[in-house]
Amino acid sequence: MQLKFNDKQNAFRAEVREWLAQNVPSEPLLSYDTREGFEQHREWEGKLYQNRLSMVMWPQDLGGRGCDLTEWLIFEEEYYAAGAPMRVNQNGQYLLGPTLMEFGTEEQKHRFLPRMAASKDMWAQGWSEPDAGSDMAAVRSKAIRDGDEFVINGQKTWSTRAIYADWIFGLFRSDPDSKRHHGLSYLVVPLDAPGVTIRPIKALNGKDAFAEVFFDDVRVPASNCIGDEGQGWSVAMATAGFERGLLLRSPARFQQTAKRLVDLYRQYAADYGENGALRNAVLEGWMGAEAYAQAAYHTVGLVDKGAKIGAESSINKVIWSELDLKMHETAMEMLGAYGELRGGSPAALDDGSWLEGFLFAQAGPIYAGTNEIQRNIIAERMLGLPRA
Amino acid sequence: MDFTFTEDQLAFKEAISRFLMTEAPPEMLREIWDTEEGRSPELRRKMAEQGLTALSVPEDQGGLGMDDIAWALLTQELGYYAIPDSMADTAYVASGLLTALPEGTRRREELLEKIAEGNFRVAVAHSVNPLVADVHVADKILIEHEGQVHLVSRDQLDYERNSSIDSSRRVSRIHFKASADSKIADADCGAAAWGETLNRGALAVAGQSLGLAQRMLDLSVDYAVQRKQFGKPIGSFQAVKHKLADVVSGIEFAKPPLYRAAYALAHGDPRADLYVSHAKLACCQAAMVAARHGIQVHGAMGYTWEADLQMFMKRAWALQASWGTAEFHRQRVANDILADGAAIGPQYTFEG
Repeated sequence: MQLKFNDKQNAFRAEVREWLAQNVPSEPLLSYDTREGFEQHREWEGKLYQNRLSMVMWPQDLGGRGCDLTEWLIFEEEYYAAGAPMRVNQNGQYLLGPTLMEFGTEEQKHRFLPRMAASKDMWAQGWSEPDAGSDMAAVRSKAIRDGDEFVINGQKTWSTRAIYADWIFGLFRSDPDSKRHHGLSYLVVPLDAPGVTIRPIKALNGKDAFAEVFFDDVRVPASNCIGDEGQGWSVAMATAGFERGLLLRSPARFQQTAKRLVDLYRQYAADYGENGALRNAVLEGWMGAEAYAQAAYHTVGLVDKGAKIGAESSINKVIWSELDLKMHETAMEMLGAYGELRGGSPAALDDGSWLEGFLFAQAGPIYAGTNEIQRNIIAERMLGLPRA
Repeated sequence: MDFTFTEDQLAFKEAISRFLMTEAPPEMLREIWDTEEGRSPELRRKMAEQGLTALSVPEDQGGLGMDDIAWALLTQELGYYAIPDSMADTAYVASGLLTALPEGTRRREELLEKIAEGNFRVAVAHSVNPLVADVHVADKILIEHEGQVHLVSRDQLDYERNSSIDSSRRVSRIHFKASADSKIADADCGAAAWGETLNRGALAVAGQSLGLAQRMLDLSVDYAVQRKQFGKPIGSFQAVKHKLADVVSGIEFAKPPLYRAAYALAHGDPRADLYVSHAKLACCQAAMVAARHGIQVHGAMGYTWEADLQMFMKRAWALQASWGTAEFHRQRVANDILADGAAIGPQYTFEG
């Protein structure tokens, strides 16, 4: 155990800090759940990419700079501390990216990853269907092989920002006689392909944050299949855990929220006096975020030593999503009567940013596998409790 | 940056675990509970033979000179097996206090040597603890008095024995009159040493609480797999699964703060108070959740004297307020992170 950063790590941190100080937009970008904001975020991602800062842990020839996971954590710490824009292409970069690294052919990696790192291609995910949510193995959308192509028919839903995105990835049933997790293939589909129809769904914030995607005889080349045909379930599962647990929501994000919460409490205490219950909730928030950060360094250390992280990462997802919710609830309590005000309202505090975070935090325990499913995974795979 | 343990450290934990598993089965704990003194000289002798009492005594005094990180691992094992002995008070907390005093402090080297030898018990009385563990069997008692360090024998002290719900814990209230004879160190060097001592006491409680939590989880998982209702193991029901998932989550997210705190203590980190208090809160909370969900999963069996769960549950409850209540430790966290210019936020996970 040695908790000091080395010279190379410190130099990397200094470089990232300086670059961000000079380049983070002084005015916040518009919401990436709008067309205009989405394109602003794409532009920002392009700028990150030009400086090899969008996907620091990817290999250099695929658009990254070959950093290790510790350096990735350092990057994330600097990124969130700098108040830089939210990452608009995370579903591609953190969910599909690692799958391509592990299962993609060289051709696929070079075709997709550099453009993904640059956000020239924006990615939406296509896991859920109307009758396949938590029960993902119930997917019914078909992708039937026809010569060198797959012909796709069916419907996906809850695809984040799909109306603005360029591509979608997901699981499709390639063997029409198969059941459950057999006979599925992991495909990537351009969203401008003939036969694709996208219908936006307004989210809680009133914006077109996600969408339904309909496929009518959509044809994609067989080379758009990631991993072997019919092996889609294991391809999706192999990388699901670690990414869902750690990469998708790095600890720095919640440490920054905790810091803002501390600032909010100090202001509250100055205005209204100390409040023990609120103070305790603020301390819990800080401790929770800190524990997640420490746990991430511990995990990264184990991965560096060759450990394979499995069901343990389901714990991360439960922890960060419920921590985020709790911190935002605490903030709303401190904002009191002003908490309900949307950004742009003359009396809104922090331009409604806590409210926006509060709304999004409601989704945390639901997306990327509901926390009920995560708790099943923890109980069955870590504790060995019997399946129902 | 490497926030993991070495092979040697993991092997050490494993060896301690195997040793205690053999030497302190639950039946034996129950026997020791029923004795007047609540302590087994035999068990203590065996722990000393394993070198545990000499673990953090400096090498010059015949010890192994190991640091707080070893204790973060060892105390978990002491908790896991609910060892009915306050060995950590002598070998870690008292030893750490004496080591922190300047060389040549009256009785310092002699006491450290005796601690290393193993057949010697030192109780530690810090003002944060209104009740002091193991005064009734202590060869010496180290007492905090206005930052000074005092040393007395049992017969120089008025003490009143009390009965804890954890029959392994034997606690006394002491009445002590400070004198020039009893004083071995002034406040100018004693205050800092007592600060570290408080942190070591809290860290030892944190480690034990985490070990207790793990044991309660293991017992509850075993029970949930074996116990059948409606024709199925109760562990196949989601209501039960989700409770136990929350127990393991609490444990896994209390470990990093415990190790972070041990590292801070071992390296004289100026924010050690913050890290230790975080660890104490997280580990004690993990133990409370493990106890609550553990007894619920055990059903009526959990409410019996017969089921082993009680031994670990009661220890966990009793340790909650030992070496500082939750509020005491929350206040210490608040003192750091709510202060003007506190170094908090994503850039300060390990440096600040």
